[in-house]
Amino acid sequence: MKTKLITVLLTCATLFTSGAYAADQVRVALLVKALGIGFFEAAYRGAEEASKELGDVKIIYTGPTSTTAEGQIEIINSLIAQRVDAIAVSANDADALVPSLRKAQQRGIKVISWDSGVGKAGRQIHLNPSSNSLIGEMNVQLAADAIKVKGKSSGTFAILSATPTSTNQNIWIGEMKKSLSKFPNLTLVDTVYGDDLADKSFREATALIKNYPDLDVIVAPTTVGILAAAQAVSDMGLTGKVYVTGLGLPSELAGHVHSGAIHSFAIWNPIDLGYSATMLAYNLVKGKGSKTEVPMGRMGTLEVDSNGDGAMAKPFVYDASNVDQFSSIF
Amino acid sequence: MLKRFIYSREGILSLIVLAMFFSVGAISPDFISLTNSIGIFNDTAILIMLALGQMLVILTRCIDLSVAANVAFTGMLVAMVNQAFPDISMAFLILLSLLVGAFLGAINGLFVWLLKVPSIVITLGTMSIYRGATFLLSDGAWVNSHQMSKSFIGLPRFEILSIPVLGWTAIFLIVLAFWTMKFSVWGRNFYAAGGNPMAAFYSGVNVGKVQFYGFLVSGTLAGLCGYFWVSRFAVAYVDVANGFELQVIAACVIGGVSIIGGLGSVIGCVIGALFIGVVNNALPIIGVSPFWQMAISGTVIIIAVIANASSNKDKARIILRKPDQASRFLSTQSH
Repeated sequence: MKTKLITVLLTCATLFTSGAYAADQVRVALLVKALGIGFFEAAYRGAEEASKELGDVKIIYTGPTSTTAEGQIEIINSLIAQRVDAIAVSANDADALVPSLRKAQQRGIKVISWDSGVGKAGRQIHLNPSSNSLIGEMNVQLAADAIKVKGKSSGTFAILSATPTSTNQNIWIGEMKKSLSKFPNLTLVDTVYGDDLADKSFREATALIKNYPDLDVIVAPTTVGILAAAQAVSDMGLTGKVYVTGLGLPSELAGHVHSGAIHSFAIWNPIDLGYSATMLAYNLVKGKGSKTEVPMGRMGTLEVDSNGDGAMAKPFVYDASNVDQFSSIF
Repeated sequence: MLKRFIYSREGILSLIVLAMFFSVGAISPDFISLTNSIGIFNDTAILIMLALGQMLVILTRCIDLSVAANVAFTGMLVAMVNQAFPDISMAFLILLSLLVGAFLGAINGLFVWLLKVPSIVITLGTMSIYRGATFLLSDGAWVNSHQMSKSFIGLPRFEILSIPVLGWTAIFLIVLAFWTMKFSVWGRNFYAAGGNPMAAFYSGVNVGKVQFYGFLVSGTLAGLCGYFWVSRFAVAYVDVANGFELQVIAACVIGGVSIIGGLGSVIGCVIGALFIGVVNNALPIIGVSPFWQMAISGTVIIIAVIANASSNKDKARIILRKPDQASRFLSTQSH
């Protein structure tokens, strides 16, 4: 309770000091799940970048000390009291925040959610880091890149997924197959399931390599799978012959990127996410953009669907050149 | 001697395992190569070690559901210690994993021994507690390969006569368990305490204490396997070995360890574990659909258990009626 009170007071304090600025400054509150999380600190860095680019934006970076919806509601109420111009929130609960965010909207505050969304009634736009089709295409693109690294013009890859019943995995795999038409040099030979268990994923990866001696790439769009496959490849001494790629976190994969088992992999970039959220909030305040399209600076234009949802970009690619920079963040 | 082995439960089971092994080999010849066979044994080593510990527990009419959670906790702990002190000696870390595992096992054992809590209840509880403790310990964060020292990852992979240290550890423990359960009084007490606890009690065996030792050994081995698991897969996270306790129990049951206690052998237990290991490694090779894989593993387990159950059906015969049956018999007589 005490810490919450302090958070609220601090928020108020920042708001009062910012009140001293010229009135034509746009004040955007970047409300995160909790303070002290590397991912959100990185998003704040992106928001600061947008603020520098725009010039007339004041970023208020705030959040509760633990990931609770109650903490965020208290902060939203104090933000309303301080009459900020926009709130960009990554929510701890999709429903619990809706009433207070509606109140904010009624007072003329522009509300968007990013990363972790809130119900449609609570915000104008939700910014997804990416979309299923972009993720699917990125995974195939990564396989193509790895084959290029091997110096081959065409090659084969296999997918190592989580459980065969995992919804998002199956959607991504479906999208990967759809985008194969754009990559005529790639052949998908098999899809196997490691159930997100280290031992089963390891075994499945080993079996893939044995069953397909010419296999070039294993694509694992799951964190347990990509790690287990990378370990299997380096244990079998096939680093450089079979590349592993897919979706994973820089902090978890840095070792395998340096060992060479993984050439590159992808996941959202939190800096870009914070940047885009700030740009969106600013443009809504300034009345720029339409119902279906809102510009977001260097990240292009966000296409908003009828639900108010939009996807920022393809997942960001990490390799030996930038993985260390991000591995300390998330 | 050979004839007796072939007709025994272990003999039949090993024939099934060999038949499975070679029929997969007929589809994919590489499967039965020496390197791959060593690979399968090495892949099954952790299961074998855990099954040996579980066997002691089941022999005394108990069950240890907390082994996989113990693996996760101890694995996470040693990985975090290694992360914080990369230069720490491996001998210390292995000793630490043994001690922590033993401690967690002893908690189960003490409840069963001193408070007479049914083991399925207490280990169901500690299973969740140890898993939760793993989360609290790590705060949900992972320890990844680049955060582990070279020797931490390298030790189980170090090959002596082309068998990795992980495999050798299992071989050593199999031999040790075989000798102990066959020739030492301490080992024979498990059969006595589980086969007929009353008789064991009257012959001076402290049944509760034997049960405690069972959990202690199971926990210690789980601790050691915690280190091996984390270093073999080069990652430690909260869900390590999730659900693995069921495979461990299945290995025992397939190997002919009677779930009602008193019956079971080290060789049977090892073959039971190898059975699961061969199935696990064969299914991806022969390319069965993932949905069928689960059904196949389940069916195979049931068939093996039925085969076991029917092979020792005629072992028991009622010589004396149980006390309540006898008294009912007497009271009907007096009317």
